[in-house]
Amino acid sequence: MSKRRLLKIALGIAVGWGFAAAAMAQQQTYIPLISKGFQHQFWQAVKSGAEKAAKDLNVRVTFEGPETEAMVDKQIDMLSAALAKKPQAIGFAALDSKAAIPLLKKAQADKIPVVAFDSGVDSDIPLTTATTDNKAAAALAADKMAELIGKEGDVAVVAHDQTSRTGIDRVDGFVGRMKEAYPKIKVVSVQYGGGDHLKSTEVTKSILQGNPNLKGMFGANEGSAIGVVNGAREMKRKLVIIGYDSGKQQKDAIMSGAMAGAITQNPVGIGYKTVEAAVKALKGEKLPKVIDTGFYWYDKSNISDPKIAAVLYD
Amino acid sequence: MEPPTLPLSADAKRDAAQRAAAALRSRLFASAARQKLLAFASLIVLLVFFSLASPNFLQADNLVSILQATAVNGVLAIASTFVIITGGIDLSVGTLMTFCAVMAGVFLTYLGLPLPFGIFAAILFGALVGLSSGTLIAKLKIPPFIATLGMMMLLKGLSLVISGTKPIYFTDTPNFSVISQDSLLGELIPSLPIPNAVLILFLVAMAASVVLNKTSLGRYTFALGSNEEAARLSGVNVDLWKIVVYTVSGGICGIAGLLIASRLNSAQPALGQGYELDAIAAVVIGGTSLSGGTGTVLGTIIGAFIMSVLINGLRIMSVAQEWQTVVTGAIIILAVYTDILRRRASS
Repeated sequence: MSKRRLLKIALGIAVGWGFAAAAMAQQQTYIPLISKGFQHQFWQAVKSGAEKAAKDLNVRVTFEGPETEAMVDKQIDMLSAALAKKPQAIGFAALDSKAAIPLLKKAQADKIPVVAFDSGVDSDIPLTTATTDNKAAAALAADKMAELIGKEGDVAVVAHDQTSRTGIDRVDGFVGRMKEAYPKIKVVSVQYGGGDHLKSTEVTKSILQGNPNLKGMFGANEGSAIGVVNGAREMKRKLVIIGYDSGKQQKDAIMSGAMAGAITQNPVGIGYKTVEAAVKALKGEKLPKVIDTGFYWYDKSNISDPKIAAVLYD
Repeated sequence: MEPPTLPLSADAKRDAAQRAAAALRSRLFASAARQKLLAFASLIVLLVFFSLASPNFLQADNLVSILQATAVNGVLAIASTFVIITGGIDLSVGTLMTFCAVMAGVFLTYLGLPLPFGIFAAILFGALVGLSSGTLIAKLKIPPFIATLGMMMLLKGLSLVISGTKPIYFTDTPNFSVISQDSLLGELIPSLPIPNAVLILFLVAMAASVVLNKTSLGRYTFALGSNEEAARLSGVNVDLWKIVVYTVSGGICGIAGLLIASRLNSAQPALGQGYELDAIAAVVIGGTSLSGGTGTVLGTIIGAFIMSVLINGLRIMSVAQEWQTVVTGAIIILAVYTDILRRRASS
């Protein structure tokens, strides 16, 4: 039967492919990275940084993350599969650090060094954490906002969520800085759009509807920032918009003047430093508790500056 | 609404319904068994393939991880099997699971009650939500797809509201993690460190299988799916049994809620959406038809294992994540297609 034969051939190819993959795996130092996400451009930039480090340092990396940042159990399955591959070291960005502790303990028992990235883990098992100081970065956004609106008036924030560390830190950093340094600026509303472009647009429109005198808005991640730009455009309102991270749409908005500027993390650097730290750990080098991967303010004036352009992504 | 009555005695009516259901099942049994065999063979092929492809696959630790990873989806898939056999669908199983986990958190962490109350609460609230969905579908005649879609969102929102959008940790109930994480079997037989979650999966599966095959609830579940109108005409209280099926399915989701909460030692309120589709995929791969009337719990369990073995194996082989998704999708289509081929051949 031809169908059966086809099946056999397909199976043969698949097995062959399996062997090839296994053969390729051989002796090279292997460091899997388990991230908080995968599809987002931000994580793809982290991945590209990790791959660059892998090439420079001659190690092999893989990069995986769950579909949404809510899928704590799926991430744990990924971590557990990664440990089963007996890697030399592992990079991990915890969605819920408490939930991951049994597996991290297992890594420790198996003497696999763990490097945390993006967000910390409430445990002393990771040797170091490569991350952005999100609070300080959002405070810089607040400073820029204050400067651009003349240090007085109403502003609002659209953030991605109120549960993740980055969501909490960015809102706290922005609102806190306004409170302590700019008494004449009032943050009238903090709303959450799940980082979804469309939802954030709707959220922005309702904020603008309710606050006719709003002078500025801060979008706390890529999706939120685009949502703010879209919402303001649809309502035909002119205000100072500050974004976070990059992406093609955000860069275009800055070039067109719709957005005043944005904070960028260094996702490529996060990926690079994570792999670098893991390699250093394997060589027995001592690592600092936190590796600050840095952040920058960028606007129309410095967007093509090579130092900035290098950390932006489309 | 009263079902239209036929001029038959109650006994004769019940007999007729049972005979009709039994005849239908015996006709379908042969093909169902074949599908199970096919699914089981695919599972074996996958296991052999991945064992050859990577030396790290066939390791005790990794096999335990696969079992652990299947527990939650397996239990949810069993819950879905009941509903799908009636020809319905339940899109709320994932967020209902989360809602039940959150309710366990409310009883154990917020109210500080002992462990049995949390277990009871999770299953009770699951059953209550199932009862509401069933009532919406049977009495208000809202199509299952819409009723449970609404319920999915409603429950997601409620979980976020009740928990204040923050995970509820079970740190005050030290025994809670025992449900999923510890291994009763491993204590008795140290060479078999199978986590309790897996034991619970198998217990639920056995109970569900007995209910489906040996009780009147099971008979009526099949009767509803194969020909609801015929069941109604032969005097079966269709609405009542439909509500019972959704209630049982909801209670099983409560068990899944306990498993995931115990595994994560926390109720994660934002989790759950998307899990209903994994559950439905497992049911379909296991040979249960979405048009209702056929299906087995064993098939569903095999379906759930096929999915987790596939994902784990591709991960162990370090296949890029985007390709893992492509392969999983293709396997689901292939599984359903072979099912159609088999049906065509048997008819």
